[in-house]
Amino acid sequence: MKNKAMNIDGKMVNAGEGMTILQAAREVGIDIPTLCYDDRLAPYGGCRLCTVEIVEDGQTRLVASCAYPAEEGLVVKTRSERVDRIRQMILELLMPLAPTGPVESLARHYGLKESRFEADLNFCVLCGLCVRYCAEIKGANAICFTGRGIERQVTFVPGIASKICPVCRECLALCPGGMLASEIECLLASPEE
Amino acid sequence: MVPLKSPAELENIRKAVIARRDPNKPCIAVCSGTGCRALAGQEVALAFVQGIKLHGLETKVDLKRTGCHGFCEKGPLVVIYPEGITYVQVQPSDVPEILRETIIGKQVVHGLLYTDPVTGETVVHESEIPFYRNQLRLVFGNNSEIDPKSIEDYIALGGYSALVKALFEMTPKQVVEEVKKANLRGRGGGGFPAGRKWEECRNATDEVKYVIVNADEGDPGAYMDRSLLEGNPHSVLEGLIIGAYAIGSHLGYVYVRQEYPLAVENVAVAIKQAVEYGFLGQNILGSGFAFNVEVHRGAGAFVSGESTALMAAIEGRVGEPSPKYIHTAIRGIFNKPSNLNNVETWANIPLIITKGAGWYISIGTERSKGTKIFSLVGKVNNTGLVEVPMGITLREIIYNIGGGIPGGKKFKAVQTGGPSGGCIPEQLIDTPVDFDELTEVGSMMGSGGMVVMDEDTCMVDTARYFVSFLCYESCGKCVPCREGLRQMLNILNNICLGKGRDGDIELLEEISATMKEASLCALGRTAPNPVLSTIRYFRDEYEAHIKDKCCPAKVCRELISYCILPDKCQACMICVRNCPADAIIGGEGLIPVIDQQKCTKCGTCLEVCPPRFDAVIKLSAEPAPRLVAS
Repeated sequence: MKNKAMNIDGKMVNAGEGMTILQAAREVGIDIPTLCYDDRLAPYGGCRLCTVEIVEDGQTRLVASCAYPAEEGLVVKTRSERVDRIRQMILELLMPLAPTGPVESLARHYGLKESRFEADLNFCVLCGLCVRYCAEIKGANAICFTGRGIERQVTFVPGIASKICPVCRECLALCPGGMLASEIECLLASPEE
Repeated sequence: MVPLKSPAELENIRKAVIARRDPNKPCIAVCSGTGCRALAGQEVALAFVQGIKLHGLETKVDLKRTGCHGFCEKGPLVVIYPEGITYVQVQPSDVPEILRETIIGKQVVHGLLYTDPVTGETVVHESEIPFYRNQLRLVFGNNSEIDPKSIEDYIALGGYSALVKALFEMTPKQVVEEVKKANLRGRGGGGFPAGRKWEECRNATDEVKYVIVNADEGDPGAYMDRSLLEGNPHSVLEGLIIGAYAIGSHLGYVYVRQEYPLAVENVAVAIKQAVEYGFLGQNILGSGFAFNVEVHRGAGAFVSGESTALMAAIEGRVGEPSPKYIHTAIRGIFNKPSNLNNVETWANIPLIITKGAGWYISIGTERSKGTKIFSLVGKVNNTGLVEVPMGITLREIIYNIGGGIPGGKKFKAVQTGGPSGGCIPEQLIDTPVDFDELTEVGSMMGSGGMVVMDEDTCMVDTARYFVSFLCYESCGKCVPCREGLRQMLNILNNICLGKGRDGDIELLEEISATMKEASLCALGRTAPNPVLSTIRYFRDEYEAHIKDKCCPAKVCRELISYCILPDKCQACMICVRNCPADAIIGGEGLIPVIDQQKCTKCGTCLEVCPPRFDAVIKLSAEPAPRLVAS
């Protein structure tokens, strides 16, 4: 096991083997915002809020810190005008979908009062935490994505969900948008015939 | 067939195949590419089969169903060898005449020849038709001489001799070096140097490696890879086997979309034949090198052409991209080193090996070598597949090969690179075809889609079309791409509906910036290009839509109206009778008037108004002309 010495926001950080930039940063108390990250699950790289700047051969590059592996000598900037602008736009794009919870508090943190985009509430930011938790941790696959592009949505797999979800409900706590609670209640209210 | 065990055995077969063939025996090549099939090419071929039987010509003439010849505009195409007489727009009813006059009587049927619209003269040979004359068909040229289901046809033209050269005269490292020296850049869109990718994969420390053909072509209007795989599958396979040898891979995949049934069929036949002949298998041509190929049929998602998504699909997972901070050349399919190249890239390999990198780099520009196949479509006279040397200008392609814009209309823009590309305006039409030059002007080479647009094209509507395509073809995994596209489509829809607001252009640019910088894969990072390039070159059109509620090209329905000119109208009633919305009020001897509330702006009145009257016009944000009292 070889540690990787990195510079994150001017702090020297020794990252362990197999760590990502995000893990290394959190280890030393540097917070990088995320919506789709959970340390129990494989990196997903979907919300892109964890985008940071890295400097490589004098060139600045933007990467998703949840997936980028820690490297010896890596220089990372977790905040910059560019990074903040990206995070603001991502949050502004998410506010119409799920204006409360983590999206709201992060938006406030990044100085965003309201979104210029029209509200289209469904309380799901498609972070996939529920889908991946169910697949990777529970091995149940009771909830999945359907549709592509702007038609993408989270759907319960009828035959499996009706049996498993009412008793499990573990994904509820993961949901940053607040959609699952109401969905599961619906599922409970209409048991499979 | 016993698998060939040495290069000498291949040469013997080649000699035997060539010896069996009488070079003076007439051969009728009927294009059976997808374009000609749609134009009854198969019926033409069938008519030839019956006609040959009827005339008892079975032993005197050969019939060949070939892949796409390229000149789809004039299909179905028939070429008679050895003379190379080319007939265009052949119908089954023309077949008896061709057999009678050309095959038996050795006379040319003048009515079926191509007529040059400029000189008005007929052209007999394929090579003299301006569409072909101005091309350099190195990769695509053999299509018209090969029955894609016949490995013998490929062998007769020197097929698999590049493989022999690589296996028996070169080390794997030398093959990689040759491809690097040729500076072959990926034809699938990115333009990444293939040799460097091969080298990285070759150097990866793993016993198991994969090589893959990316045939997930999905750009609207593009069908280059399809036609190559349909028309000359062995050239792709030969390139793949050479690549596998260079990289040290023993299993390859052809990822081809299920919607390309003929490509799936022909590549499967080619693989089977290659196994029978010993070009695939345990001991290829006795060299000791082992390699096999499987076909993976893609379910048709555009995004699955992205390397990580494609590899996920081959593994049996959902075809969605994942972060690739470690190259797929190091960690690809099942975390094993995997080298993915596009169909056209692979098809270039046998050429480079046979003729050498020195020859290859003599073609093209400083940083873009060789040729590129484009599907030239849209508002251009000669629609079809064209192969041109890098460095040729867009103007040469559109005018010298494409024959210019139909109907005397003005050229407005050309869209290259598909949904990831951009629109190049008239002032830049002399831009050379070159990976870097096209990127420089805000578009990209892409996989080879080239859509020509004339003055009747609305650029805001064009941007909206591509954004709408991507909205449903993005995987939807990452926020910038999915939500960015969703909001861009909303804004563009509003602009086209006349509901655009001040600041919309700037907002589109802001969203684009985040998509370009923060999206997960290349689809999202390039998705704003159609919007950004149209804003860059046609900002005035956006402003006209937003500020004046005017669509200068008169395309956006909500911003146009139709009007009947009273001084031109002869009250013939044709428009009144044909209006599907009953929106034209008129009667015998009365000048009709369009009820704008009822009008659905379908344009039927304009279409049916006799040209000699020319009394219906389209207006956008301008007052209707009034009848001036005389």
